[in-house]
Amino acid sequence: MTAELVPTIGLEVHMHLATRSKMFCGCRVAYDARPNSLVCPVCLGMPGVLPVMNKLAVELSVRMALALNCTIPDFAKWDRKHYYYPDLPKNYQISQYDQPLGINGYLDVETPAGTRRIGITRVHLEEDAGKLMHAEHGNYSIVDLNRTGTPLLEVVSEPDVRGAEEARLYAETLRQLAVYLGISYCNMQLGQMRCEPNVSLRIGAGPDGKPLYTPISELKNLNSFRSVERAVTFEIARHRQEYLADPGNYTLAKQGKSTRGWRDDEGISFLQRSKEEAHDYRYLPEPDLVPFVPERAWVEELRKNLPELPRARRERYIKMGLSEETADMLLAEAFVANFWDVFHETLEHHQGAGKWPIKRVLELANNWTLQDVRRALNEKTIDAPSLHAEFAKQLADLVVLVETGVINRNTGAEVFNKMIKAKLDLNPKSAAEIVKEENLAQTSDSSAIEAFVDQALAANAKAVEDYRGGKKASFGRLMGEAMKASGGKANPQLVKEILLKKLGG
Amino acid sequence: MATTDLTACEIRDAVRRREMSAAEATEASLAAIAALDPKIKAFLAIDADGARRRAADIDRRIAAGENVGLLAGVPVAVKDVLCTANGLPTTCGSKILQNWKAPYNAHVIERLLAEGAVIVGKTNMDEFAMGSSTENSAYFTTRNPWDLERVPGGSSGGSAAAVAARMVPLALGSDTGGSIRQPAALCNVVGLKPTYGRVSRYGLVAFASSLDQIGPFARTVRDAALLLQATAGEDPRDSTCVLNKDQPVPDYLDKLDEPVAPLRIGVPREFFGAGLDPEVEKAVRAALAAYEKQGATLVEIGLPHSTEYAIATYYIVATSEASSNLARYDGVHYGYRSSDHTDMIDMYMRSRAQGFGDEVKRRIMLGTYALSAGYYDAYYKNALRVRRLIRSDFEQAFEKVDCIMGPTTPTPAFRMGEKTADPLSMYLSDVYTVSANLAAIAGVSVPCGFTAAGLPVGLQILSGVFTEDRLLRIARMYEREVDWASRVPPTVAEVRP
Repeated sequence: MTAELVPTIGLEVHMHLATRSKMFCGCRVAYDARPNSLVCPVCLGMPGVLPVMNKLAVELSVRMALALNCTIPDFAKWDRKHYYYPDLPKNYQISQYDQPLGINGYLDVETPAGTRRIGITRVHLEEDAGKLMHAEHGNYSIVDLNRTGTPLLEVVSEPDVRGAEEARLYAETLRQLAVYLGISYCNMQLGQMRCEPNVSLRIGAGPDGKPLYTPISELKNLNSFRSVERAVTFEIARHRQEYLADPGNYTLAKQGKSTRGWRDDEGISFLQRSKEEAHDYRYLPEPDLVPFVPERAWVEELRKNLPELPRARRERYIKMGLSEETADMLLAEAFVANFWDVFHETLEHHQGAGKWPIKRVLELANNWTLQDVRRALNEKTIDAPSLHAEFAKQLADLVVLVETGVINRNTGAEVFNKMIKAKLDLNPKSAAEIVKEENLAQTSDSSAIEAFVDQALAANAKAVEDYRGGKKASFGRLMGEAMKASGGKANPQLVKEILLKKLGG
Repeated sequence: MATTDLTACEIRDAVRRREMSAAEATEASLAAIAALDPKIKAFLAIDADGARRRAADIDRRIAAGENVGLLAGVPVAVKDVLCTANGLPTTCGSKILQNWKAPYNAHVIERLLAEGAVIVGKTNMDEFAMGSSTENSAYFTTRNPWDLERVPGGSSGGSAAAVAARMVPLALGSDTGGSIRQPAALCNVVGLKPTYGRVSRYGLVAFASSLDQIGPFARTVRDAALLLQATAGEDPRDSTCVLNKDQPVPDYLDKLDEPVAPLRIGVPREFFGAGLDPEVEKAVRAALAAYEKQGATLVEIGLPHSTEYAIATYYIVATSEASSNLARYDGVHYGYRSSDHTDMIDMYMRSRAQGFGDEVKRRIMLGTYALSAGYYDAYYKNALRVRRLIRSDFEQAFEKVDCIMGPTTPTPAFRMGEKTADPLSMYLSDVYTVSANLAAIAGVSVPCGFTAAGLPVGLQILSGVFTEDRLLRIARMYEREVDWASRVPPTVAEVRP
């Protein structure tokens, strides 16, 4: 018997939604708070409390389902999934059992073997549990319930994945989509994304022509892409070995599904629960919540407002002439790419831009978006909603000032920050106003610049000596000193020319 | 006439007019409790200090000319299934919550406080509202004020007895399968179960979430209407509570005395079948005749699914939800924890085995079984189908009639211990009440006479969803023709000077 053993893998991926509050109460979602400080009677599951659905969580979930090409049924409901564990205060989890909010979608994944279309069985929303930690000393455990009730989106794929690398690429593509759409931050160290591959091998066909499989093992809670690939690789090999050792017995029909853990340090999986020990979750329609009946118009509005999806957009950017690296950086988050599109178009048609070559317009759009705008986003002085068309126009005005030599690039960065600050102070100013008010225009007067250079040379005799002695690095120092002497306003190109002349003389 | 004979409306008016202080009303209530409760045992906890402070505060506010609300100075008792952050435990009549103090107030408690009520204590109940006699309380059995050897009904037996014995004019209970109406009938008081969704369940410790509803006990229809007025309405914390824009809360009091005419009363064959005590039937028939005398038409109707199947359906739906709702009592985060466990699973098992009483365990097991893989379709899913049939029974009936009337209970109050050995016979005491919960409609029990032995009988009136205003008017039509409410239970009469 030489049946071909084909890996047959489906993935369950859990993601924390990017909401400020929990799924069924108003508690804040955060990862760095004191244990049990972000809790209330509702998420503590105290007697008498009732859950209230977080509307944003549902909206984000439907958006994700739409981006995964799912059908959004007209009726979705909530169910209670029962199991006893100290990190689950109610001893049931509110989830969606047989009528989830998204079904029958797919995700296209780029692999070395070409594009693979992986079916999405379902997308559903549930609440996360808390965290249980065993005490280092002593026979007890401690529970932190800050995470309890965090909105958790589960994306379940069809068993369409054919290998370990493909499993990793699927998870990475899913992550990119979720982060891009602002659905989840997917920080895996924080547990915001967890992957559970279900691994089995197709053995061939049985007498009735239906395919036969090895038992399914579900690998629990993998929290890095690397561990997804390693664990699946390990599991495929283990299945192969077990099957070849006992082909008559190692089948799905005989052994069903088991749950396995993954020891990343040792690189092995281990049995957690066999089929016999499987939980009976006793699903019950959640009587404390009304079913979710989305209005068609609302769903269509969400669909319409979905941005161009990353795959198509990446192709477009590359066709436009962006490098893959730049395209990927822009595509990290949809709102950054959206801004780039508007900003790029503004620059193309901007009055002052004149007839810059296409390539230069691209460079400028990338440069200002990925440096100045990115930095301000990281520093949280601007946010996604402030990246509107009007802002793109204001930024284009600034770029023209730099490109036409009115100010230098460093001053440009400074003016950008001042524009943001003025806006935050509710006293918005244009780039030109700031340059004028603060007298920041660049000096291109060569006699003035010569004076700044002389000043720098006189004050830094040691550096001059070093340079002349062959230490070319000292040039940067002298250049900086001359710029400093000009108050940052000198035309750097002229400074460089004059400085070279003087040192060479 | 004693202060405790006054109705809530009378106390409220007197307090507002400063003819009586909230403190006086409260002291009268506390004195009645002190005199009577050692015999009746309606209260699990009494908050005399809190009530006095609260009454003093209300008097101060009235003196300052403030509007203190619909229930100004009225003493109210609340069933111990409602969370109160007043420092008293909220035990649900269970050992598993013996010392548990709620960190928050139920929505209805907030409403009572906002309307100027004085909460005097928490009343006894069957454990987690599971029972029809208060005999399932982990603490003690409440006595029926009309005969101390008999039960007051349940599960809200403490609230019913407290009102019947005139310790308070008003009390709140909860009704999952008859737990307000049945004890009201057995104690000669008015007990109303509002439409599901009329009153927020936030802070009501859940027994069966899709059936539970909070409602008032009072000696008069008007007082019941007053307490409903104070507690009904939307609450963003309960998703199953209707929005006021969809179902505005009407004024239950202003037209209360206007008779409903023409009035067609549905009399279901099924409510007058085997098992109905002849004396109860006689009293109920007399009440129906009183309506006829006022011009109402009696229409015989059928509710084919609503007795035979109602009890079976109820005990699947209610126990399934209960097995889920009660899963949280595990000794981990709060409540009773066994001290003799060996590991985590053992701790769960011992805490629950020691913390819950027999009836609660019985229902958790029934519900767990009904929801188990392979049984769900046969039990829970089928029960939901029958539930829809029961609902449509009522919908069809209400196309032909304005309300449905019959006995609230098949028998008057039974003796303590009479049914404890046979859970099924106990379950049958809810045979006429459970269908209203399954159909989510409104229902009330009003006193309609006494047996030869002096035991009260209740008339149950059911009406369609969100028609409490009409239901109360219909109840009032009968009440004004009779004088049952003014009878004083012998235990109460005994302690009077």
